Amino acid sequence: MGKRLGGAKLALLEVKGISKNFGSLLANDDISFDVKEGSIVGLIGPNGAGKTTLFNCITGIYKANKGTVKFLEHNITNLPPYRVARLGAVRTFQIVHTLKEMSVFDNIMIGAYLRESNSERADKIAEDCLNICYLKEVKNKRAGDLTIGLKKRLELARALATGPKLLMLDECMAGLTSTEVKESVELIKNLKNKGITFLIVEHIMEAIMPIADNIVVLDSGIKIAEDKPEIIIRNEKVIEAYFGQKFSKRLQKKGGENTND
Amino acid sequence: MTMFLQVTIDGLLTGMIYALVASGLSLIWGVMDVLNFAHGEFLMIGMYVSYWLGFLMDIDPLISWIASGAFCFIIGILTYKLIIHHCLSGPPLSALLATFGLAMILKNIALNRFSPNFRILTHTILGGKKIILGDLVLALPQLIAGVFALIVVFIIYLIIKRTRLGWAIQATAMDKEAAELMGIKTEWIFAFVFGLGGICVGIAGGLLPSYLAVHPEVGSLFSLIAFVAVAMGGFGSIPGALLAALCIGLAESLGGFYIAPVFKYVVVFGLYLVVVMFRPKGLFGW
Amino acid sequence: MKNRQFKKQDIYWFLFIILLVLVPLIPQVAGNTFIQHVLVLVLLYASMSQAWNIIGGYCGQVSFGHSVFFGIGAYGAGMAVVKFGMTPWPGVIFGAMIAMIVALLISYPCFKLKGHYFAIATFAIVEIFNRLFMVWYWVEGALGLDYPLVDEGWKNFMWYETKIPYYYGALILFVIIFGLVRYIEHNRFGFYLQAVREDQETAESTGINSTLIKMLAMGLSAFLAALCGAFFAQYSLRVDPPMVMCLSISMTFVLVTILGGTGTFLGPLLGAMILIPLQEYTRVLWGGLGSGIDLILFGILIVLIMVRQPKGIMGIMNEIIKFQKNRKNKIISESWEKD
Repeated sequence: MGKRLGGAKLALLEVKGISKNFGSLLANDDISFDVKEGSIVGLIGPNGAGKTTLFNCITGIYKANKGTVKFLEHNITNLPPYRVARLGAVRTFQIVHTLKEMSVFDNIMIGAYLRESNSERADKIAEDCLNICYLKEVKNKRAGDLTIGLKKRLELARALATGPKLLMLDECMAGLTSTEVKESVELIKNLKNKGITFLIVEHIMEAIMPIADNIVVLDSGIKIAEDKPEIIIRNEKVIEAYFGQKFSKRLQKKGGENTND
Repeated sequence: MTMFLQVTIDGLLTGMIYALVASGLSLIWGVMDVLNFAHGEFLMIGMYVSYWLGFLMDIDPLISWIASGAFCFIIGILTYKLIIHHCLSGPPLSALLATFGLAMILKNIALNRFSPNFRILTHTILGGKKIILGDLVLALPQLIAGVFALIVVFIIYLIIKRTRLGWAIQATAMDKEAAELMGIKTEWIFAFVFGLGGICVGIAGGLLPSYLAVHPEVGSLFSLIAFVAVAMGGFGSIPGALLAALCIGLAESLGGFYIAPVFKYVVVFGLYLVVVMFRPKGLFGW
Repeated sequence: MKNRQFKKQDIYWFLFIILLVLVPLIPQVAGNTFIQHVLVLVLLYASMSQAWNIIGGYCGQVSFGHSVFFGIGAYGAGMAVVKFGMTPWPGVIFGAMIAMIVALLISYPCFKLKGHYFAIATFAIVEIFNRLFMVWYWVEGALGLDYPLVDEGWKNFMWYETKIPYYYGALILFVIIFGLVRYIEHNRFGFYLQAVREDQETAESTGINSTLIKMLAMGLSAFLAALCGAFFAQYSLRVDPPMVMCLSISMTFVLVTILGGTGTFLGPLLGAMILIPLQEYTRVLWGGLGSGIDLILFGILIVLIMVRQPKGIMGIMNEIIKFQKNRKNKIISESWEKD
């Protein structure tokens, strides 16, 4: 599994200097960070910051122009997506992609078959994941007929069935009701306790901030900050990225005035 | 050398007719992503209309192309309204297979009503006349047909690119929903485009009976060649269809002459495979 | 698909199918060869379409080029008998292997093409093979191979007086192919085929090597298609390019499957059960010499299916089941309201 240097945890995923451009548009510019085993890392930033592009570079859907990605000591830079998934780094999609014509259960089976080629054992794995993700009631429903919240949970269940070491979730809370968000957060916490590492792209702050061990912030293709959640929210550059220069200055002034009173 | 020129010119003239047929198909494919398997059979209908007008009422193809074009326009619109419209909400290939069924129906109705006999118009204005340039022999019917076909392709291209209707068609092709949000009646556009495809093929069919024999199977090969031309040129691109059709005409003509007649189509289809290996979306596809 | 019930349900299905096919045979032993002929063709086309179903239905790569594999199989058997004067069996195996290799070679570049481009490439390939076989001297080109008279029997797989052994041969082919597909359907390969069909990108992100899956499906499909072609050659006692290597044969396999329901287990059988009798009976009653009415009917049927229910007969059956369910629920809820 790797060495532990002086109590520090192993870096499961090492992203070093990833750059990706589309013509003249530089979507990712020299991005580096680590994801430690057993932790939850949040990847945040305004729209268009390059978060999904980064995901795509890591999982092999895009070929990065520069940089390397290491997963569990393997160099996975530019490996095709199915190889990355087989090594244990599985992702979900921002725009949910279920296998529409197949049943919910069969969708999960596809995931289960990654680590288990025997049908009966895959069946059991799929059944477990079905229950963990609260999908029992829709087990035989056609996946295309589900609501978006259930579809997102199905994606998660399918990814879970592959027995991943690293789950990369791309905006899995988007479109969910606040109850569903709370349920998903609980689910993620449970899975973390079972030993799965998470890299989560998210916009919904109350979902990611409370559970993340570390936050990486992107803006316009660059990493502008990386720290613990409680420090990130006070980081000036982050505030500026989300609210713009003028407004954040006004906010700070107001904050200064309040403390002076 | 002259033989080469002769064969080349013959190929180009054939290619121009293919271009007109292919343009109609390319439009349909580009706008609604449907491969009209009955396209060749529409051509056959156009040819029969022109033939019967010529045979029964002595109307020359130089005039009857108008009737053929109009008739095929109507057939195109009917095909859309009755068949294609209902297939669009289903799986992607259902429209293609439905047009295949339609092709079967049309071909066999012609077979049943008109018998498999080859028919050709013998007393046309241009029939049998030639222009002789040195050692080159240019048959007048083919020449006029080819040039006219080219003009029609050009006119259609101008309509698409320069008129408001053409922009509406392009918009519908690029993003149907966005076009609808802009107030474009996409249903009407779809029907019209199918009819436009019919016009192309009807006009082509109108001119052909003066030198090409009409029979129920005549459409099948035109269909295949049109598909190959459109795919090679890139779907939705009229310049692409034109270029590809000319190449195909040349390949057919040169291949037939210099290699062997039976290999004509091996060269044509082989050319398609080669092009598409390097450019999976055709020469100008998007 | 329920894996654990696989074994119990399937015994029923197979018993049912075998019963279904043995029953009509009883009156036919008396000797109505036309009905026997139709039955043989139904089983053959069902088998052939099921072979296509593997790549075209379950895996979603709609190819119109399967007549190439069918034809290679037919020529394999034909050449063995006609050119080399042997029993057809070595030719059958050899033909199937060649078909598989050809499939792998041409499909690899073709799978880079999307949508209609792929379909057209498959047309182009059939047309090319058709022309090439027409002029290929070694296989007698356009003249084709005419079978000589040999001893009847299983060794030569030929009978002249009766069609009943052909019927059993077709049944064996049918059981092999349908059995194989049933097995695949419930195992990882079958699931992976469908995942690739539904959404290739998603499948890849779940660890599926979609190119490999497509190639395997194509190779298997081609092998089985060639076996069917070989059977056809032995049945028709003649092989030539327009018979076995042309676009219309390819289209028939596609249409049979679509009519029954692509990507379903019973689809090919249902489609063949409707289409082949229709084809053969109309040809006898009205086809005559090119009156074309049989094909007009065929065409109308296709248009109706594609417009009304592209999922074919299986789709229609599912609709009926859903309708009955809704009606039952309506009746139940209405009776509650009354109380």
